[in-house]
Amino acid sequence: MIIKSADPRVEREQIVAEETFSGLKAMDFWQTYEVFHQEKRGEQHQHVGSVHAPDAEMAILFAKEQYARRGQTANIWVVKSADVVATEYEDTDIFETTPDKFHRDPGSYKVMDRINAYKERIKEETGA
Amino acid sequence: MNFEQKHIDALKELLYKMADDQLIIGHRNSEWTGLGPVLEEDIAFSSMAQDKIGQAYQLYSILNELGESDPDTVAFTRNAEQFHCCELVTLPIGGFDFSLVRHFYFDNAELLRFESLAQSTFDPLAMLAKKYKGEIKYHVMHANTWIKQLANGNEESKAKMQNAINNTFADALGIFEKGPYEDVLIEIGFFMGEDALKKQWYDKIKTFVESVGLSIPALDSATPNLGGRAGKHSAYLQPMLTEMTEVYAIDPSADW
Repeated sequence: MIIKSADPRVEREQIVAEETFSGLKAMDFWQTYEVFHQEKRGEQHQHVGSVHAPDAEMAILFAKEQYARRGQTANIWVVKSADVVATEYEDTDIFETTPDKFHRDPGSYKVMDRINAYKERIKEETGA
Repeated sequence: MNFEQKHIDALKELLYKMADDQLIIGHRNSEWTGLGPVLEEDIAFSSMAQDKIGQAYQLYSILNELGESDPDTVAFTRNAEQFHCCELVTLPIGGFDFSLVRHFYFDNAELLRFESLAQSTFDPLAMLAKKYKGEIKYHVMHANTWIKQLANGNEESKAKMQNAINNTFADALGIFEKGPYEDVLIEIGFFMGEDALKKQWYDKIKTFVESVGLSIPALDSATPNLGGRAGKHSAYLQPMLTEMTEVYAIDPSADW
């Protein structure tokens, strides 16, 4: 088995020097952008869908209309769909997990007892 | 503040021309629904058209408080010569190039008009101007982004933008047509006046248009398309109004 380095400084990408450019076909420059919507500042951005647009600036405009027209919005992100790196569906089994790992189960921790005891103590001390 | 009759009349002149502009451009832009160049833009144009109708409704409501009829009656029962909108907004939608440039000219003027009105000595108008600040800011962002996009597209899109900018300029200058109460409006501080607005508008759009590699005609190179504010409209407005009021006319007392 030959092991290849994943380091781009070691394994250089082979780029063809001169790609023949046959010109853009109509609408070729339009791409899809994934849209992330934030309802209030400080909250997480949630993925809400995608828009079709020629560039990021236009994608923001369209995202505003498609996903922020109704309801509260603090902020919007758009990201080229092509820039999203995803797992393969054939690898979905990597997310399967066997149940015999009690040590990973949060139920194993007895921390709540200590938190409740601490709260009780503070309550007594401050008389709140 | 207690106003004299001339102040009330001046206020009505201002509110009518603004509300009529918004109602008519809102209706015109709604004609793009289902015909927009791409689905996303179709929705955007229709959504902004609804914003305009909403703004018109609020202005007609202020007029109602000043003694005019209710908003529906005012919007749906007048003839073309009773409308005080500028000619620019009455024109048919034409191609997307024209509609986009009209939207650009009009909303850049609207943004500055509302910014000025936020300082108005007539409180209801100042409050309304602040309420719609974000909405109109977005309308300008939308128009400017599209103009920039098409100015940097290809030779065809750039030429279409430049032609539309040149050909629509005289109509756009009609936005700033003054009415008989112009001096009263300025004197009492309701509004900074059309001349001041025109200057601000021209400086702003000139800077923007040149920044995207297009040019704007000289201010004195075109004869403004006037008459709209006095109810003198081209043949385009009445057929549009007839269509707009078609359903209302069947049964004006119907509940929606």
